[in-house]
Amino acid sequence: MIFVIAAKELKALFASPLAWIVLTLTQLIVGYGFLQRIDDFIQLQPQLIQLPNPPGLTLQVVAPLYATVGIILLFAAPLLAMRLIAEERRHQTMVLLMSAPLSISEIVLGKFLGLMLFLLLTIAIMTLMPLALLFGGHLDFGLLASLLLGITLLAAGFVAVGLYASSLTAQPIVAALIGFGLLLVMALVGETAADSLRDRGWTAAADLARVLSPLKNFDPFARGVFDSYSAACLLLLIIVFLVLTIRRLDAARLGG
Amino acid sequence: MTSPTADITVHAQGLSRDFGARHAVNALNLELRRGEILGLLGPNGAGKTTTMQMLTGNLAPSGGTVTICGIDMTERPTAAKMHLGYLPEHPPLYRELTVREYLDLAARLHRIAKTRRRPAVAAAIERCGLASVAARLIGALSKGYQQRVGIAQAIVHAPDVVILDEPTVGLDPNQIREIRNLIRELGQHHSVVLSTHILPEVETVCDRVQIMHHGNTVFSDTIAGLRQSHAGRGVRLGLRRPPAVPTLAAVAGVAEVEALSPNVFRIGFADGADPTDALVRRAVEDGWGLTQLAPAQTSLEEVFVHLTQTETA
Repeated sequence: MIFVIAAKELKALFASPLAWIVLTLTQLIVGYGFLQRIDDFIQLQPQLIQLPNPPGLTLQVVAPLYATVGIILLFAAPLLAMRLIAEERRHQTMVLLMSAPLSISEIVLGKFLGLMLFLLLTIAIMTLMPLALLFGGHLDFGLLASLLLGITLLAAGFVAVGLYASSLTAQPIVAALIGFGLLLVMALVGETAADSLRDRGWTAAADLARVLSPLKNFDPFARGVFDSYSAACLLLLIIVFLVLTIRRLDAARLGG
Repeated sequence: MTSPTADITVHAQGLSRDFGARHAVNALNLELRRGEILGLLGPNGAGKTTTMQMLTGNLAPSGGTVTICGIDMTERPTAAKMHLGYLPEHPPLYRELTVREYLDLAARLHRIAKTRRRPAVAAAIERCGLASVAARLIGALSKGYQQRVGIAQAIVHAPDVVILDEPTVGLDPNQIREIRNLIRELGQHHSVVLSTHILPEVETVCDRVQIMHHGNTVFSDTIAGLRQSHAGRGVRLGLRRPPAVPTLAAVAGVAEVEALSPNVFRIGFADGADPTDALVRRAVEDGWGLTQLAPAQTSLEEVFVHLTQTETA
């Protein structure tokens, strides 16, 4: 039943101009960045060759590409997730799902999966760019796999936060703002607060800040390091926000 | 299926719901058998919609139980919802889907097997008269058609219990008749709970009536019972040249006279008396010009008004 909901959401996404706009802009921005980095790499190549252990094509060109995708997702995920629940509330269509023989977990997981499939498609199309490099060079497939795993976890984290934001309101735009605000705060916390908290010896708070900073946890993946702690932090973030969303919807049934 | 309890499709016991300090529904009991149509009546804010939301598992009750086909809604909501079809006050339609796509989704959501889905959708389209608009986007349909799509969604999986919250709102008179026929047809094999403000609708369609007021049940009886208990106590008399009201009231056996218009009177009979003959004789002898004579059935409307106005807080 999760797949029925996921298919419905995927269909609704492709029926809306927003998804196409996001898809187009992502490809444009990433494509531009890709060409620029290749250009830089070609110019730098003579100097790089003289280094004893030069950084390869994948690390120089492909890894920054996925970092860009991460930033784009920070904006795109809350925008794409905003209507998942808020719009159903606004148009009072949630009743159809709530009256059907489905559990709330199935509804939430279905919606999560639907948007994830869309983002995975975006990432897959985008991955054709680095794969095109195979015509003229060779890639570090280990690093590429690590990047793909990292970006998938990152996207899932963003979607979970966006989905939760969408469950808080009946106004999609408000949901997008809340989702984006949450993600931005998390990014800031990850960049600055975690380190300064640790410096002061507040390890528990620092650990929490670490869990709540998906971009920071993506960094090891971008270096080709599978850091199980970072992966666990991202998974924890996904699970926490999915559970919060389920509880939120359940509260709507109980409360009033 | 033959035992009497198996035929009880909806059973609500002591159903209550509070919103803060306000009791929206108070200790409501409701029982429905297969093949019965129950009309749920009440003024706005009486708790009809809240009751329906609780019956369909959209709202958790503060107290009491709901059992659908013997399955407890709180304990096994998914299993109970398999037997339910629900049209809420505001039909839950996805405007970006076509009618057929939408009904297919509704069928999927109700776990209809792939092979049975197409015939089920086709049957729902046929029954609700949607064939001409099946390929159109729901958002482009008129209110009447949208309402019908909402009903189609509630019956596509042939549920044992169909719950319809004001199904005929926004429809034209022809559509209302069609929908009433559809509901009557549904009532032959399924159980239907229907809420409405249109009282004649209840009288023509429903087997039983339950009137709610301020969250309490103030009346619950069969339509036949309602007719029986109130019929034969008076007539409606139309006169071209009516005499003064006291003259009419003076006829033996007449308990009360109410002028409905200058020419039409409702004559209430005294207990055990039937002055119809006497009235007709007087009308002929005195040249009142009798134009109509009909049994003044106490309509549901009178019961409704009586019960929901006298107790206004």
